[in-house]
Amino acid sequence: MSTTTVLTVDDSRAMRDMLRHSLAAAGFRVIQAEDGLHGLEMLAEEMPDVIVTDINMPRMDGFGFIEAVRKDETRKALPVLVLTTEVDVEKKNRARAAGATGWIVKPFDPVKLVDAIRRVSA
Amino acid sequence: MEDPMAAIRETFFQECEEQLAELESGLIAMENGSAEVETVNAVFRAVHSMKGGAGIFSLDALVRFAHVFETALDKVRSGTLVATPAVLSVFLRAADVLADLVRAARENGKVDEARTSAMVAEFDQINEIAGGVGPAPQSSAAAGGVFEEDPAPDSVARSCWEINYTPRAELYAKANETAILLRELRRLGEIEVRLDTSLLPELSEMDPEGSYLSWHIKLKADCNEADIRHVFEFVEDDCALSITPPDEPQGLIPGTVITGDNGFKFEFFPPPEMEEPEAEPVAQAVPATAPQPQVIQPSMVKSQAVEAIAAKAESAAAAPVTIRVDLDRVDRMIDLVGELVINEAMLSQRVLEAGITRASGVAMALEELEHLTREIQDSVMAIRAQPVRSVFQRMPRLVREVAAQTGKQVRLIMEGENTEVDKTVIERIADPLTHMIRNAIDHGLESTETRIESGKPVEGTVKLTALHRSGRIVLEVSDDGGGINRARVKQKAVENGVIAPDAQLTDDEIDNLIFLPGFSTAAKVSDISGRGVGMDVVRQSVAALGGRISISSRPGQGSIFTLSLPLTLAVLDGMVVSARGHTLIIPLGAIVETLKPRAADVFPLDRDLNVLALRGGYVPMVDVAASLGYCDQFIEPEQSVALLVEGEGGVRAVLLVDAIHGQRQVVIKSLEANYRAVPGIAAATVMGDGRVALILDVDAVVRNARSETGGRTPEALILAEAP
Repeated sequence: MSTTTVLTVDDSRAMRDMLRHSLAAAGFRVIQAEDGLHGLEMLAEEMPDVIVTDINMPRMDGFGFIEAVRKDETRKALPVLVLTTEVDVEKKNRARAAGATGWIVKPFDPVKLVDAIRRVSA
Repeated sequence: MEDPMAAIRETFFQECEEQLAELESGLIAMENGSAEVETVNAVFRAVHSMKGGAGIFSLDALVRFAHVFETALDKVRSGTLVATPAVLSVFLRAADVLADLVRAARENGKVDEARTSAMVAEFDQINEIAGGVGPAPQSSAAAGGVFEEDPAPDSVARSCWEINYTPRAELYAKANETAILLRELRRLGEIEVRLDTSLLPELSEMDPEGSYLSWHIKLKADCNEADIRHVFEFVEDDCALSITPPDEPQGLIPGTVITGDNGFKFEFFPPPEMEEPEAEPVAQAVPATAPQPQVIQPSMVKSQAVEAIAAKAESAAAAPVTIRVDLDRVDRMIDLVGELVINEAMLSQRVLEAGITRASGVAMALEELEHLTREIQDSVMAIRAQPVRSVFQRMPRLVREVAAQTGKQVRLIMEGENTEVDKTVIERIADPLTHMIRNAIDHGLESTETRIESGKPVEGTVKLTALHRSGRIVLEVSDDGGGINRARVKQKAVENGVIAPDAQLTDDEIDNLIFLPGFSTAAKVSDISGRGVGMDVVRQSVAALGGRISISSRPGQGSIFTLSLPLTLAVLDGMVVSARGHTLIIPLGAIVETLKPRAADVFPLDRDLNVLALRGGYVPMVDVAASLGYCDQFIEPEQSVALLVEGEGGVRAVLLVDAIHGQRQVVIKSLEANYRAVPGIAAATVMGDGRVALILDVDAVVRNARSETGGRTPEALILAEAP
């Protein structure tokens, strides 16, 4: 079985390092983007198996990013998990409307995140 | 081995510093009214991001405070709270508290709890105006630790579960798949799946993206309900789901949210109300008894949407592309380029020595090489250059603090934040600048009452400017205070024995007395600019960087401190001199003037020590070659060239050398790293002819000469010897 590739989109270096560390330890291949726009650039290069994205980011936020992901027919079936500290219901609904697969509230729990990724990836 | 978590933690704190800087500059822009929408967003993001990172490391105090702060910022962002000056003042102070919390977390230090809670209380007031604060997220360690599993099930029984599952179209639209869910269920135990196709319409009426299928699943597994719901966790709101143990009555189990331990939450988004009949995409109709997922591999096509969005964003945010590079790599490159410059110079010299004319092809190619080498050197140096902004950004906070401590109203104006200077220099100007600004507010600006009396605006102004001037960076700290009280400075200098009571000093000379050691005109050393050090310490640290500091002051109108520093510490402007056949470099910044001493002005103080009469004072004379041990014989002053140099603290001496050969920019090579520390020598460089030349440590030489004279003067000597 080929390795699952996870694209993480987060503007925080510490969070990116953390994601890389825990996801790589779980056997995933990790590619990383610093914001939504960067994420789209990376998607143009390579299609991951799962995306984990933050909401609050410069240049292009998580909502814009998810919408853009879903706009492309080839990416309709790509699972997108939102990993954020936002607890606001309104924000959650926005992410939902944009087409997010799931919503994970930080604090960051590597076990749960890995489990969530496993469950949405084919 | 390096602990990856420790490294990530360090990254987090570095990032916090950047975000704090961003936060502060953003808030200041908001205060000045020059903030754009993106500034407000950036300010929010900075706090938000710190909160998120702090959560990873269970920094609860930081998470809680950031949350309260973020809530208020979010209200400004959404327009429910207006950023009035009063609100911004709270924000600015909150930024300071946040900075303290970060520092405390980093150093495992203490925080001022009272200050933090007072700040939170202020936020409560603000937030009350615009609606309450949401619940603060728990940190990961708050309940049971990160790696702990779900709590034990309430009822574990070997039983056959019945699961009815009807997905809605939304489930597929969000990239969830029934096949995967079935696969996950099969991991729990044996499953028997029945596919209900009764709602499937005619092909002609079928919406390809609709959902028409339902599944009835019997699960034989040693699990509890939570395990099964865990499988449907992400889709629970996008499907109709019922889970029933066989011995219990059938019923729909509601629930949209699954909350794990330690505050962790998974949620599936409830779909909007159904209007159309649901249809199962054909691709999703997986044979129910064989739940092998059909993997649809999306093609790797860059869509038009991406291009459109990218193009749009490109115009919106033309942020420069940057990379982060390890400083060691840059330093190594600088080192190598230094070698290249030296080698190129050696090659040029050899070519000349070989008698090849300047007009020849070789010489011309060499000249081209020289230009390129210089260009490479400049470019590499530019990599290390950074805007002074990082240091300037710390100053508004300092000003607020000192203003609060002194009870003065102060406005800080900063100019030239983008002025670039070498990284090593930046790191070392923060302390002198801090001191100068403290000094400007504490001593420079008058008290509010005095300002009102003299008809000045109540608010004092301190201005910080950075600019490039003739290959150096010049930093100016000016205030519109009362200027230096020259009468008091002079009186104090006489009291301390720094100057003679009848000494005739120009205004400038009096002003610059404040840089002498232990000199402070404040009646008592204040906690603010005092801290046990005076301007002499500032001057010393500046001199250690090859810089100079001076002051000019106008009574009643204020003072200007001017700090001039080399742009880099990797190259040095030096004077090439020779002493008994040895080539030496004297840092140009230390040289005040060159002289040709007359025999009549030279007075012997000791057998080995002469002083030179210079403009009414005496300056010790140092034979450079003798002081470095090149020879025992002292040079005749009249046959030498004399350089008046100034060391730290403005102490002067005259250096005697054989000849001056000219100025040159030299690449500094550490003697300590390559050989060992040598007293009197600061560093070394390699000259064009390939020979090593030593760079004189002027401070050490001057200090040494001064201690030898011990403040004696020829007059005193003559008097003492008189019968």
